[in-house]
Amino acid sequence: MPMPRSTPSLSKKLAISVTVNGGEVRREVEPRLLLLHFLRDELGLTGTHCGCETSICGACTVFLDGRAVKSCTLLAAQADRRQITTIEGLAAPAHQPGSSGKLHPVQEGFWECHGLQCGFCTPGMIISAAQLLERAPNPSEEEIRRGLEGNLCRCTGYQHIVEAVRYAARKLGGG
Amino acid sequence: MIPVAFDYHRPRTLEEAVDILRQYGDEAKVLAGGHSLIPALKLRLAAPKVVVDISRLPGLSEVRRSGSGLSIGAGVTHHQLMVDPLIAKLCPLIARTAPEIGDVQVRNLGTLVGSICHADPAADWPAPLLALEAQVVIVGPEGERTLHINEFIEGMLTTRLAGHEIVREVVIPRAYPASCAYKKIRQSASGFAIAGVAVQLEKKNRKCSSIAIGVTGVAQRAFRARLIEKSLQGAELDEKTIAQAARQVTEEVNDFLSDLHASAAYRAALAQVLVQRAVLAALAA
Ligand SMILES: Cc1cc2nc3c(=O)[nH]c(=O)nc-3n(C[C@H](O)[C@H](O)[C@H](O)COP(=O)(O)OP(=O)(O)OC[C@H]3O[C@@H](n4cnc5c(N)ncnc54)[C@H](O)[C@@H]3O)c2cc1C
Ligand code: FES
Ligand code: FES
Repeated sequence: MPMPRSTPSLSKKLAISVTVNGGEVRREVEPRLLLLHFLRDELGLTGTHCGCETSICGACTVFLDGRAVKSCTLLAAQADRRQITTIEGLAAPAHQPGSSGKLHPVQEGFWECHGLQCGFCTPGMIISAAQLLERAPNPSEEEIRRGLEGNLCRCTGYQHIVEAVRYAARKLGGG
Repeated sequence: MIPVAFDYHRPRTLEEAVDILRQYGDEAKVLAGGHSLIPALKLRLAAPKVVVDISRLPGLSEVRRSGSGLSIGAGVTHHQLMVDPLIAKLCPLIARTAPEIGDVQVRNLGTLVGSICHADPAADWPAPLLALEAQVVIVGPEGERTLHINEFIEGMLTTRLAGHEIVREVVIPRAYPASCAYKKIRQSASGFAIAGVAVQLEKKNRKCSSIAIGVTGVAQRAFRARLIEKSLQGAELDEKTIAQAARQVTEEVNDFLSDLHASAAYRAALAQVLVQRAVLAALAA
């Protein structure tokens, strides 16, 4: 149960430096600030969505040093001196194999295969799908579904999302 | 979902980390992958004054050989254990358990050591670690000590760890063969085990020459199914023998859990079925 505390709820601010979508960002933050809120409220990167805030839905998924993580389950302080890529930064590298230079192949897959309806889950879903294709370039349907286990969608029924990932796998040269 | 305010430290060495814990005692909390601690902070179930991030301590994020077995450092994530070649070779039961935990994002940050320190009765790792006779290496201001996993985990959310101590690594004392399996029934939202069974066995001339069975999720804490092991030791492992032995699971402990996910009777039934599935899968592996 919550513990009553004698000290006032103030802590030392912490200077952090995070590389976000390729650019260095320096801020003073409260240690208790979640990475999700750092990205959305401090940096205005609202592509990272806040769905459940309880580590379940995956809408807040971003890359931390290349690993897909739920930004609601990470302190901004834990990202200090590390690299974050959000949905806003995913498309950028035009040198990505199969990339048109506009959209990441997974984003293109979601576009082409109708992988979204309301779109709320989409940014997180795309980051997780990109992680999956890095680790398993030619995934089976089963592997795609397992790879996206940490991302919930209330709309699509997942079938079109699976097809979007397959599209991206082909585009990236795996499938 | 805003945690209470705390100070954040990221010590450079294990000694420094122990020193901070010595200073703050129970008011400090170690942070590894954060996938049990941060949810607890957000719910204010934990309200530390100081959080000590050990996830970047040098040398702790690797799997190493240790004698004839191996050592898993406190920073090693569930994902690393899925893909590490040394784990696959020397301890396949660990490699087979890792993918059953949570989801990709959880496995990318959560650690095996963090999981046993948290001691959730529904956690997966205690089952294989009990079957593998794992040793937990603890460091504190007074030096180092080692506890068998069975002594380390005390009960629901409690361990023998003192507030100023840190687990440095878990050691699997020897290499194990491929005849092993982990089977679980997941709680569908989180993935935690409603019941989970790990089996490691060896066969000689069609007979079972040794078997270890770890059970998690069903009781206050994970346990070794000693009665079932005894019945299967030396026996020919056909389906009937296994099924008969598995029935004894209800006699192994008397504190089966009952909650909104499953009643005690249902958990016992699941454990019985999973023992059978895991033994058969270990035989086939
Ligand atoms: C959505 C979700 C799903 C999950 N599903 C599963 C599942 O299916 N199965 C399962 O087993 N687990 C599951 N987990 C839990 C997950 O495995 C956690 O990663 C794990 O329980 C804790 O490891 P951590 O590294 O994240 O530890 P942290 O959260 O950082 O720490 C947990 C506790 O242990 C202490 N601690 C950590 N490391 C040390 C150390 N080296 N020395 C001393 N104390 C230490 C901390 O102070 C804290 O009290 C899930 C978690 C989430 C959020
Ligand atoms: S908002 Fe992070 S998992 Fe739902
Ligand atoms: S498209 Fe609406 S939640 Fe997935």
